[in-house]
Amino acid sequence: MAAVSQLQRQFVDYTTSLYNEEYLDDQFTQLQKLQDESNPDFVVEVVSLFFEDSEKLLNNLATALQQTSVDYKQVDSHVHQFKGSSSSIGAKRVTNVCVHFRNFCEEKNLDGCLRCLQQVKHEYILVRTKLEALFRLEQQILQAGGSVPVME
Amino acid sequence: MKFGRKMGLKMQGHHHLVAVSLNEQQLGTKRKYTSYIPRTNQGKYLVLWIIVFGFAAIYVYRCIDAGHQQRIQEGLVSMCDQRARMLQDQFSVCVNHVHALAVLVSTFHYYKNPSVIDQDTFAEYTARTAFERPLLSGVAYAQRVMNSEREDFEGQHGGTIRTMANKEPSPHRDEYAPVIFSQETVSYLNLLDMMSGEEDRENILRARSTGKAVLTSPFKLLGSHHLGVVLTIPVYKSKLPPNASVRDRIEATAGYLGGAFDVESLVENLLGQLAGNQEIIVKVYDVTNTSDPLIMYGRQTQEGDQTRVHVSKLDFGDPYRKHQMTCGYLHKAPISWTATTTACLGYVIVILAGYMFYTGAIHIVQVEDDFHTMQQLKVRAEAADVAKSQFLATVSHEIRTPMNGILGMLALLLDTDLSSTQRDYAQTAQACGRALITLINEVLDRAKIEAGKLELEAVPFDLRSILDDVLSLFSEKSRNKGIELAVLVSDKVPQIVMGDSGRFRQVITNLVGNSVKFTEQGHIFVQVHLAEHCKAVQDAKLDTCMNGISKGPQSKTLSGREAADDRNNWDKFKHLIADEEFPFQVVTSDGNSQSVNLMVSVEDTGIGIPLHAQELVFMPFMQADSSTSRHYGGTGIGLSISKCLVELMGGQISFVSRPQIGSTFSFTAKFKRCEKNTIADPKRSLYDDLPTSFKGLKATVVDTKPVRAAVTRYHLKRLGVLVEVVNSIKTAVSASCSCLGQPDMILVEKDVWLSGDDLNSIQVSGHVLKPPKIILLATNVTGCEFDKAKAAGFSDTLIMKPLRASMVAACLQQVLGTGKAEQGKVMANGSVYLRGLLRGRKILVVDDNRVNRRVAAGALKKFGAEVECADSGKAALDLLQIPHGFDACFMDIQMPEMDGFEATRRIRMMESKINEQQTGGPMDSRTTSEWHLPILAMTADVIQATFEECQKSGMDGYVSKPFQEENLYQEVAKFFESKPKPVTVS
Repeated sequence: MAAVSQLQRQFVDYTTSLYNEEYLDDQFTQLQKLQDESNPDFVVEVVSLFFEDSEKLLNNLATALQQTSVDYKQVDSHVHQFKGSSSSIGAKRVTNVCVHFRNFCEEKNLDGCLRCLQQVKHEYILVRTKLEALFRLEQQILQAGGSVPVME
Repeated sequence: MKFGRKMGLKMQGHHHLVAVSLNEQQLGTKRKYTSYIPRTNQGKYLVLWIIVFGFAAIYVYRCIDAGHQQRIQEGLVSMCDQRARMLQDQFSVCVNHVHALAVLVSTFHYYKNPSVIDQDTFAEYTARTAFERPLLSGVAYAQRVMNSEREDFEGQHGGTIRTMANKEPSPHRDEYAPVIFSQETVSYLNLLDMMSGEEDRENILRARSTGKAVLTSPFKLLGSHHLGVVLTIPVYKSKLPPNASVRDRIEATAGYLGGAFDVESLVENLLGQLAGNQEIIVKVYDVTNTSDPLIMYGRQTQEGDQTRVHVSKLDFGDPYRKHQMTCGYLHKAPISWTATTTACLGYVIVILAGYMFYTGAIHIVQVEDDFHTMQQLKVRAEAADVAKSQFLATVSHEIRTPMNGILGMLALLLDTDLSSTQRDYAQTAQACGRALITLINEVLDRAKIEAGKLELEAVPFDLRSILDDVLSLFSEKSRNKGIELAVLVSDKVPQIVMGDSGRFRQVITNLVGNSVKFTEQGHIFVQVHLAEHCKAVQDAKLDTCMNGISKGPQSKTLSGREAADDRNNWDKFKHLIADEEFPFQVVTSDGNSQSVNLMVSVEDTGIGIPLHAQELVFMPFMQADSSTSRHYGGTGIGLSISKCLVELMGGQISFVSRPQIGSTFSFTAKFKRCEKNTIADPKRSLYDDLPTSFKGLKATVVDTKPVRAAVTRYHLKRLGVLVEVVNSIKTAVSASCSCLGQPDMILVEKDVWLSGDDLNSIQVSGHVLKPPKIILLATNVTGCEFDKAKAAGFSDTLIMKPLRASMVAACLQQVLGTGKAEQGKVMANGSVYLRGLLRGRKILVVDDNRVNRRVAAGALKKFGAEVECADSGKAALDLLQIPHGFDACFMDIQMPEMDGFEATRRIRMMESKINEQQTGGPMDSRTTSEWHLPILAMTADVIQATFEECQKSGMDGYVSKPFQEENLYQEVAKFFESKPKPVTVS
């Protein structure tokens, strides 16, 4: 049981740090609340949806920005999608970068867009790593027979 | 307009639209006013006025003065003419008389031979007839004596003919005219040759050739210094024919009768007889020679008023001589006072009036300027007010987002290992944050009300269930504090009313929340009655109160504690709840009236409101004093919002409060009566699903407090349970067999039980068939009390207050074993209701973003809804082809190809087409209601503009994305509370 409680504490600390470093926000908590017995893998499901979408969107964005004449409208709609899904899961830093990204799109600033693409990629990979780590921790807790602490 | 634009530009974004339209409105009304007052140069207008009326005054003076002058002139003319006529008359009288004398002389001196007249006779005769000739100083007769006859004549008369000049014997001439007869006054003329005087000679010659009386020009008379004229009349020897020639006349001439007129004294004499003698200067002229008029009377000097002179002609009977009379005033004509005063006074009045206009105009202009300034300030102030509301709304919204972050973090922080101090700090911070969020929501609400954005809806709702909900929100707190919380709705209040349930709930929640906050012990009692009913009872009660029957207030209220509003105690209350045989006249608006006027009162036994603060209660941000907010928290904005809401609902809010005793807030609200036909099956949809399985059961309530018993009875009655109230358990037992027959249950209040009544009696006497179930009613129960109760026989159940019909039903179900077990615990928060509302509903979520879609679906599913998803507007349209089975649609706004607004517009078009067809076509069972799918926008930024856009395109509301429970609940409740659950869903 000691191991479980240690794991739980680790989980709480880790989650807290994620919130503190603004990788995640309140929306992620809401998401966790939606998960219950009838829907036990809800968070993981949604987050993996997000991962899939994001990979696709990042690819699309990279190709779109490599074109000789960049279709900013297209880019903007991609970023909008990205922003929507990231805010839905509460990946705050990604959302924030998306906001900047859209501004550059509006200005049709290619340099800015490319810079933002790098940033957003970076942030995305970061949050993915963090979330994967979080899920691993959760799995460990569950395997150890404990329950995942509920974050209020 | 200029102003409006300026103000508008100062603001930004969509805000300025509001401000500009506001200003346009303001200025639009202002423009209707036009001024008729010159705005500048009032001084010039005044001067012009004075000058114009100066001329007018002079003109008036002239007019009046001209009349005056004319009267004066007329007076002069008449006086002059009068004098001239009199003079002339008198003169002609004299002349006539002299004529008569001439006839006398000719008759008696020449026709009689010898003559019968001598000097003595003539003298006497003339002396005696002198009064007939007042103008003549004397008369004399001169005989014509030829030179040849001189000696005879001299001898006959005994003297020589002398000249007039030196009275010497006359030298030889052809002819002489010595005086032979003379009046005594002129006896010195005797034998003077009249022909020797230049004037007389001429006169004589003229007289005898014309045969008429002739006059000399004026000259100084002999023997006097007066001016005079001499009148000469010829006397002929024989009668002459009328057409006799001059020669004949000269031949026939026998002598001459003459008389001297002393004009000066005579005129003097004449004028003396007349009135107005002093004012007038009279002059008489001989104007025979027009170039050199000879004065006969009056001084030659220029005196008197030369400007006004009248000349009258005089005719003294001698055509050769012409005379005239000149009259003038001695003094200048006096100034006409009438004219002067009239003109002056008039002018003064006009000047004063002008000055009054002038100052009036200046004042009006000033007032107008002030008015314009005020208007501008007003517009500015209103714009500022709107800006303030906008600002509040925006800022509040912006604050909410980071605040959620703070709260989330605090929650996380509290889950970590903290020392007790740290935990305390964190908890405090969290409490503060929650308070702040509440405040912001309230400010948003208020800003909305102030901006006039808040409109009440009219949907049918069940008042009683709403009150139950509100109570359940506070049940936790009230239980912890140990205060009695109860609600009672009069039977006369209709089950379903039309109105804005959400706002009604908000007001009640606010009032009850306040009461809970400020009450530490005692009770909080919510009552709803018909306002007319309440008033009638109050009026009637007032009369009985006058009679002085006033027992102590104890045991007359819900918990027995004194309440602020005495009138609310049992004495009155029993009349209010006595549904039958109501003894007072009530003007109830039965079926005929369409509105229901409700009177809601919330009574508590809290700390009350200090007297000095009672006036400020409904002002925003006012609490009794600053220490209150420190102690109890809250901002005091809630009551002001409640007031606004109540006024929107057509009612009034008021309160009675006594410090340390409690407060009673009461408000009235107008609702529409719900027509039965409008809702197909109101029982199903609106009644909170109270089971009907208890109908006909009998219950005995053991309670010593009548009000509390009435509340229990109210809730049981809603379940269809017949209720009898008794004072003690013993009576309950003894009465159990009497009127109602054996009760199915006995409900005992905790304090009655604790006061020592024994339950065993029931057990003992529990005889026939099955014994009644015994239920304990309590506000709070400690662990040991619970054990004791169990031991005492309340094995069956315990109902925790506050009572709510649904909760009572659940407990009874459990106790009586009827019906299915309640699924889930009775939870007192929104999510349970949300679950209730959404359970079994089929909802379409439209979003192009997979993740969003999944999250929204997950959230809705959690509340029991069946969710289907569409990834574009087009897909949604396909799914929503009528007929479809969806109960609601959540629509993302920003989507590629077809956005949420467009999709909604198309859906609405589709629906209206179908609806039109239906109204035309035959009616079948499904067409009783029109197709109208509730569509809610999902949007990340909830700003006014988007909301308006939503409404424009036919959406019913919006929820913020990501979903928030309460927001979702509020929006969803709007539709599903008022709509029947679909029949198809089981």
